[in-house]
Amino acid sequence: MATAEVERQRGQLAALSIAAVVIIVGVPLWWKTTETYRAWLPVSQIRELAKLQLQLSADVEVVFARGTVTPEQQKKMPLTQTQEEDHAVDEDTALKYKYETKYRTATIMEEDALNKPNAAEADLSLHVLSESPCGSLVIYVIPESSSLLPEDVKVYIGQRRTALLRVPQMRTAKTLEQLLHHLQPHIKQVLRVMSFSRADITAALSDRVRFHPGNKESIADSMRAFKSSPGYEITFSLLNPDPKSHRLHWDIEGAAQTYIQPLLTKMSPVANFSIDSQTLHYAMLGVNPRFDNTRSAYMLNADSLAHVINPVEARLGSNAASSNPVLNFLLYVPDAYHSPLYIQDQNKREVPSNAFHSPRWGGIMVYNVDSYYGPETEFPVDININMAKVMGVFLAQLRLLLGVQSSPPPPGFLVAPCGSTGLADWELDRLMWSRSVENIATATTTITSLAQLLDQIGNIVINDNIAEQVSSAVTSLQLAVAELEAGNLKFALQFSKEAIQASEKAFFDPSLLHLLYFPDDQKFAIYIPLFLPMCVPILLSLIKIASEARQKRREKQAKKD
Amino acid sequence: MKNNYMYCVLFCLFYQNTAGQFFSSGHTNNWAVLVCTSRFWFNYRHVANSLSVYRSVKRLGIPDSHIVLMLADDMACNHRNPKPATVFSHKNMELNVYGDDVEVDYRGYEVTVENFLRVLTGRLPPSTPRSKRLLSDDRSNILIYLTGHGGNGFLKFQDSEEISNVELADAFEQMWQKRRYNELLFIIDTCQGASMYERFYSPNIMALASSQVGEDSLSHQPDLAIGVHLMDRYTFYLLEFLEDIHPASKANMNDLFKVCPKSQCVSTPGHRTDLFQRDPGSVLITDFFGSVRKVEITTEVVNLTNPIEQVDER
Repeated sequence: MATAEVERQRGQLAALSIAAVVIIVGVPLWWKTTETYRAWLPVSQIRELAKLQLQLSADVEVVFARGTVTPEQQKKMPLTQTQEEDHAVDEDTALKYKYETKYRTATIMEEDALNKPNAAEADLSLHVLSESPCGSLVIYVIPESSSLLPEDVKVYIGQRRTALLRVPQMRTAKTLEQLLHHLQPHIKQVLRVMSFSRADITAALSDRVRFHPGNKESIADSMRAFKSSPGYEITFSLLNPDPKSHRLHWDIEGAAQTYIQPLLTKMSPVANFSIDSQTLHYAMLGVNPRFDNTRSAYMLNADSLAHVINPVEARLGSNAASSNPVLNFLLYVPDAYHSPLYIQDQNKREVPSNAFHSPRWGGIMVYNVDSYYGPETEFPVDININMAKVMGVFLAQLRLLLGVQSSPPPPGFLVAPCGSTGLADWELDRLMWSRSVENIATATTTITSLAQLLDQIGNIVINDNIAEQVSSAVTSLQLAVAELEAGNLKFALQFSKEAIQASEKAFFDPSLLHLLYFPDDQKFAIYIPLFLPMCVPILLSLIKIASEARQKRREKQAKKD
Repeated sequence: MKNNYMYCVLFCLFYQNTAGQFFSSGHTNNWAVLVCTSRFWFNYRHVANSLSVYRSVKRLGIPDSHIVLMLADDMACNHRNPKPATVFSHKNMELNVYGDDVEVDYRGYEVTVENFLRVLTGRLPPSTPRSKRLLSDDRSNILIYLTGHGGNGFLKFQDSEEISNVELADAFEQMWQKRRYNELLFIIDTCQGASMYERFYSPNIMALASSQVGEDSLSHQPDLAIGVHLMDRYTFYLLEFLEDIHPASKANMNDLFKVCPKSQCVSTPGHRTDLFQRDPGSVLITDFFGSVRKVEITTEVVNLTNPIEQVDER
């Protein structure tokens, strides 16, 4: 009897200790080993960034020339004012535009410059005197009687960062405040053209804000230009469908160096560019042009242009090594039979540039060479292509595709032609503003959606390098927002580029693939064969121990009674 | 100066016309991801399905650089193919859908669930070449076509693994979060195909399937010389429908929903448009199957005739 009792107690002790080991050691061990490694992410900072609050600051200098202010008004200058404008785009995005405006009178050298015969020369001499830093503007207010600007023009926008504003005389303006108040709407209009405007910035935020189709023009603008990318590839292609008749020579290297490279160098803070070129022989257009008797030339009408690109694109080579967006510029020289070939617009008029472009793809120009030779020449004819003319068209298309030019200026404005680099300084500033905002918006969206994704799917492994990228993206974003507030445009753009690179690298890291979705029935199917055979004896013995203990207690109770 | 002003005015006028064209669909480029998930010779029809959609999509204008074609097995060069280097879609060998300019991006064992999801979400290793990537942006319309053997809520890959409808829906949501598509058309030709699009929750997705849950999709006709079934019914009639479409066609999605009614298909094709913003009647077939480019006339030109003089001025 005693040995049976000892046996039973030993059995009870064994069952209890096994259960204890399973619960105390086994369960935590299983939990730890089936846990996925998730490095720490700055979740609170990311959540702060989700509510995007940007402040864009620009420094504006308004210089009054002689004849625009009275002596007593002059005494109050120089004067500094700050204007702020709020723009709530949606519930998560709010913008503030801040202009620090400094009003002063013109110096003697500036007066000399403003006395030049025409606006272009005045602009040049003003630039020689002082160079405005990136992101700032100078507006010169000239008297109504000045002959610098033609009759119907009230604003002249120069090639750098200056504008000439001619305002009708206000006779009743006695104090400086009244004069400034009178000038305010005109200055605002100039700033909207030369610096950031609501429309531009809203378009730049299109990643965050899926705004509903209200303004058709702004949608066309946002669809035309390429999205912000750290680099672009530009490919120039010469299409020669008729090598038997035309032997074409184009100095593409020299032309790209002389005409295109200055623009790309000027835009280097925005993105990196690489240029290559190719020649395609026997490349036809794929569309049949009609012969027009009135003009004795072949015409391509606007509707058929859409079908030109696809057959050609299949044969174009491209750089396979990079994932950067590609801009294609094609120069098509029609074959001898179909020369001359002109493009017709919707109103059946000839297009002067003889070129068309496709949004986010590139441009095509048709170059007629029938004027280079007479009917009696011996084929093939050697032809040297006039690269200046060709590059003029390609440069204009490049400006459109990169988002440099968006809307035409309001009436009464005269914009200077863009100069040898193809890009005015203020246009570059405007592009930098919208690119910074776009980069910041895209980077915040990427980081917040990545954080949300990692939160939702508990099974994804977060490695240390991803956590590092995310942290560096968050830091760069905070710096970029701070620099934008301070008005340092160059640094803001640089930080925003770093932020977007880090956030894209983190989001598209190959290790973040979620292949660990287990439906519940599969989870049961895996665990039951492993744990059930082990748990059943333990549970049964625990139940037996409990029922025996209860029985013993009942016996003891009975004995007491 | 006057010329510049005139150009500005001309530019203004053009805006009115072209803005109307842009406004209708909102996309500037097209991509296609065509996947065949079955291997072995007796699944010849799935490869033929994918290749016939590939052929239509190329004919309507999408270039190879914008098509990701994944074929899990090689039928054209299979040892059991009596006519090597061909894949036929009609009996009596009428139409060779393999052609001579096929570009297969993922072949054989490269077609896995992991690679498929990597292509969709963009999480590819940095060494992946351009042709194997889906480089779409927020203005891309993407056509995704899947075919193979499937069941209620899953699609079988390579006879060894499967992708579930939840994973697919999550992948599309990740694409939406990163704005990798403007609109998505999802077509699936498998048994119980409608179950695969039940779980979608991202906006701008339209889905078509060849059969409802509980129904099997059937194959079309066997060819006695080749010895296998050549095509599935749904894709066969889809191909017939697409052969009538040309790049300037105005056929819309409502016509596509009518393809292969129960009398021809034996199964009931289904579709889902509740996540799609536009009305299907206004969506052109070529918005997804073709690549009609938007075009604008270049009205402004930069005057570059005297670059050297201007450099001296500085």
